[in-house]
Parts: sequence; C-alpha cells; structure tokens
Amino acid sequence: MTTTTEDSTTFVTRQRSHGWRVVARKELADYLLSARFIVLLIILSLAAAGAVYAAASGIRDVAPQASGAPSLFLRLFTISADPMPFSFFALIGFLAPILGIAFGFDAISGERAQGTLPRLIAQPIHRDDVINGKYVAGLFVIGVMLTTLVLIVAGLGIFRLGITPTFSEAIRLLMWLVVAILYVGFWLAFATLCSVALRRASSSAMVAIATWLVLALFAALLVHLLAGVIAPAPADATNAELLHNAQVEQNLSRLSPITLYDDATSALLDPEVRSVGVVTVQQLDRAIVTDLSLDQSLLLVWPQIVGLVALTAVSFAVAYVVFMRQEIRA
Amino acid sequence: MDTAIASRALTKRYGELTAVDHLDLEIERGEVFGLLGPNGAGKTTTILMLLGLAEPSSGTVRVAGIDPVRQPLDAKRIVGYLPDSVGFYESLTGRENLRYTARLNGLPRVMGEERISELLDLVGLNGASDSPAGTYSRGMLQRLGLADALVKDPEILILDEPTAAIDPEGVIEILGLIRSLAKERGVALLLSSHLLNQVQAVCDRVGIFVAGKLIACGRPEELVESGGLSTIEIGVTGAGNEIRAALAAAPGVTTVVPPPGTGPGLWQITAAALDVPAIVRTLAAAGIDIWQVRRLGTDLADIYHHFFEQGTTDDDDH
Repeated sequence: MTTTTEDSTTFVTRQRSHGWRVVARKELADYLLSARFIVLLIILSLAAAGAVYAAASGIRDVAPQASGAPSLFLRLFTISADPMPFSFFALIGFLAPILGIAFGFDAISGERAQGTLPRLIAQPIHRDDVINGKYVAGLFVIGVMLTTLVLIVAGLGIFRLGITPTFSEAIRLLMWLVVAILYVGFWLAFATLCSVALRRASSSAMVAIATWLVLALFAALLVHLLAGVIAPAPADATNAELLHNAQVEQNLSRLSPITLYDDATSALLDPEVRSVGVVTVQQLDRAIVTDLSLDQSLLLVWPQIVGLVALTAVSFAVAYVVFMRQEIRA
Repeated sequence: MDTAIASRALTKRYGELTAVDHLDLEIERGEVFGLLGPNGAGKTTTILMLLGLAEPSSGTVRVAGIDPVRQPLDAKRIVGYLPDSVGFYESLTGRENLRYTARLNGLPRVMGEERISELLDLVGLNGASDSPAGTYSRGMLQRLGLADALVKDPEILILDEPTAAIDPEGVIEILGLIRSLAKERGVALLLSSHLLNQVQAVCDRVGIFVAGKLIACGRPEELVESGGLSTIEIGVTGAGNEIRAALAAAPGVTTVVPPPGTGPGLWQITAAALDVPAIVRTLAAAGIDIWQVRRLGTDLADIYHHFFEQGTTDDDDH
C-alpha cells in the first residue's frame, strides 16, 4: 500500500472517535441561529414567567394559611392560579414534547430534503455519528433553554415572594430539571426516529405530533379499556378485583412517557407525595403527613427515571437499525 | 499499473430486480473512466457499492485494495464522491459547507482553510464563496460539489452525472478540469453520465452500461471499430420514390430506411461492403442532390444507440 494511504489512516484514527462531535458542533451552531430556537425560547419564557408570576400572586394571597407550610418555594412551580391555567411544571410537561419534536423532526429527513445526506454519509464517519451528533446538539440546546428558564423563574419567585429555597428544595428542583431534560430527550429521540423512518420532514413532524396527541389525549381512555379487559372490575367486584384493576391500569399507563414524567415530577417537587402507586383509603388512615426526605423521593421515582431512559434507548435503537439498513440515494 | 478500482462479478439484487449483474470492472490510477448508460441502468447502484454505501448481493469490490463493505471508513477516506443532484446546507456559505466536510475528514484547521480557498479558486467559485449556498444556481452547486469531493484529497474520485446541470461552456471547462486533475494528481476517476458526447471527450475508457450489464467497454476508438457498422446516413433532396429507387440501385445496398415524415431528410442505408464514393456517384448520376453524407459508427453516439436498440428504452437527451 502507498504512503498516502498510511498517512490518511493515521489521521483518521484520531478523528474516528470525533465524528459525532463535528456533527454536533455544526448542528449546535445551526440551532442557536435558527428561527425555531428563538421563537421557542420566547414562547417558553413568556409562558413560564406568566405561570410563576400567577402562582406567586396566588401564594401571596393565601400567605397567612401558607405560613409554615413545607416547601413553600417549590409550590411556585406546582400550583396554578388565575389567570394561568397551568402550573410551571405542567406547562413544561406540555411544552417538552413540542420542544423535542421541534428539534428532532427534521434531523435526517431535512438532510435528505436538502440533498446533503448522500454527501454527508460519504464522509469517513459512521452513520450513527450523524444521529448521535444531532441528538447531542439538540439535547444540549434544549437543556440550556430549560435550565435558563428554571433559573430565571426561580429568581423571579424569590423576588416576588421574598423566600429563598432551602438546600433540599434546590436539589429537588435540580433533580426535576434532570427529569424534564430526560423527558424532552425521549421526545427528541422519538422525533429523530420519525425523521429517519419517514422520507419527508413534514410527515415526520405529523407522526411525532400525532403520537404525542394520542398519548396525551386518548392514552387514559385506551388504558382504561385495556385494563377492563385484562383485569375486569364488574359492578359487584370484590376489593381485591378492584385493586387489581387499578394496578393494571396504572402499570399500563406507565408505558406512556407522559405518565412517567408526571409521576416523577409530582414526587420530586412535592415532598409530601409518598407514593406514585395505587393508595387505598385504609393506607391513608391515620397516616401522619410529613415530608419525605430527598433520597426517599428519589427512590420513589427511580423506576420512572429508568423507564424514561429505557424508552429513549428503544427509540434510539430502532432509529439506528432503520438508518443502517437504509440505502441513501440522491 | 496500480489498480484503483476493481470489481469481480459484482451483483446487486433488489428482490426480483437485478440492478447490477456480474460487473467486472478495473480502473487504474490516473485513468478517466466513463460509465455510460441510461437512467436506471445501475450506474448509481454501482457507485454506491464502490463507496460502501450499498452492500453487494454477491461479488467483490476493492477500492485501492480496500474492501468498502468491511472497512467503509477507510474506503470513504480516500474516495471523493459527487452525488447525482448534489445538495448543500442552504443557510451556510459555500466556504462553510466545505469547511464542514474538511472537519468531517479530520483535516487540521489551517490546512483545511488553505485547501478550501484553493479548491474554490479551482472550480471558479471564488466570487460566490461567501454567499449562502441557498442562493447558488444548479451549476454553481455542481461546481461546489466537485470542490467538496476534492476536499479530502482523494485517491479515487467518483462523479455521478457531474455535468448534468452545467451550461455547455461550463461543461467543457469542468471536464477539462476533471481530466487535468486525474492526470496531474494520479487520481483514478470514474464518472457516470448519460451524455456521451461529453464523456467521449475526456475519458480514456468508457463502459456502456445497460440494464445492469456492461455490454461494451474499451477506448472510445476501439468501441467505434468494434461497432463496425456498415451504415451511412445520407441527406438528399428530391422525390421520395426516385430517391428510394436510386438508393436501392446503388452498389451493395441491402436496406434503405427513409426519413420519418415527408420531404427532405436523412436516409439510412446499410450496405454489405460499404463503398461510399460509389454510392455517391450513383446518386449523383441519377440527378439527386446530396447535401450530407455521414458514416455511422464513427461516433460514440451511434455505438450507444446501436447497443441501446438491444437494451431497454432510453432517455438520452443529447
């Protein structure tokens, strides 16, 4: 073999591990300058500021009753008050899929539409470098966006309410932020999968949004019906049957990332939540309302976090396989 | 000689369809090889297999001794590729697009910048290098694509329809450029096209590719000789019947094909032992005015059509 080949071999060993970084760097620059980033940032900031401002006013109105209530600071994020119909965390739960889809739906289909994909994969990088690089860039942008937002909102809350978070509240908020980013990460991975599997960016966006809407609007209904089939609870059902039905229903609903996010959020942001499972009245009887410590709350939502990561991993795996098997033509 | 591209019994099947059928191809360094054929003949599929972007159903490929199926990255490192209807990131400038390619190839920044400027100069895009690629015309994109394929300083250059959208003047310039590249840098160059008059001018060898099979391969002159068609095309004016009679009476003529429609046109005559002067004399004696005589089979175009008649339908538009 000639010397040129040897030379080029050496420089590629160096860049082999960096293929995704090159892609990520380029995508990051693109995202930060893109209209979608600016528009989403503005919408998100306005909505979040509104939610927290309203919550703060609500808390101030009921300040006498609220004094001494545990985790008052976190209430900023979890209660909704007029005129905003959503609390901050519900708002993020609602907007996270949109964020993920907005940054993922054209990851591969956009390259295809521009005719840049054949050129890109003819470069000495692995195909998964393309997906990984784009995913990392997208998640980074979203992560920065959400973190900034949470910080601004927390600052606003401190300013309006004059209360500062305790250490454990701050950590809870941070943990919640991680969960929120994981949640967006799932939608980003799912949207990326759609962009790989579908030729056109528009159909990819449609499928991703449709999936989200179905999960958000009809999942509860579907799960209820399915649970009724798997573990019937007729009118004269025994307590055991009813409990079984409720548990089946809940487990089924946990296949949806939306449920996972909601469960994890409620346990992390509200220390009084002691279970995200089915709780009977007997179990609550004479229970003393106390706060869970942070590690107990984390333990409670650990399965939810693992579930979100697993769903993301599955989306990724499918996206890889589909992309590898695809033949890229102009 | 150094073999740059070699394929043995290379085959690609898509279900029932055989896109490439037992292709044996050998291209040397410094050689310009033209792959000619209609769209759908399997040219792009062949190219994808050379790049390791499609897996052969059977047979082997080697690019500079590397198996692109097993070592796709090593292959892609030394093979520059200009895809058919190449695209660029529209919001980035031409220079930024090339810079991305340079980074993907792991070129050090300074070296990359120098090479990019050099290449933009070479393809004549220096004036437009800092405007967004979205504002480029099709021809400019094609030029940028050529520069893009050269960024990695390839040993093998594969150009899929490189002149498809370039104006005639530009085509001559680009093809000249392509040829001098191959000769100066010792790059093996494979270019596919359905426009054979262009290919004829720059290629050392051509292969005619129809329905997945290489039906003819060699130097353009060789192909012309092997075609050896004893057909002439003759343009005459006069009444159809008279002409037909006179042509049929000419020495050695076996078939006479009149031009489509009525009025003056090009008649095709096939003769066993073609004696053009004798035919012309016969016609002149019959008082028929001759305004053109052309011997077929001396032009690659005719070879192409000749082979095509056996192959599939054709979409060539030259």
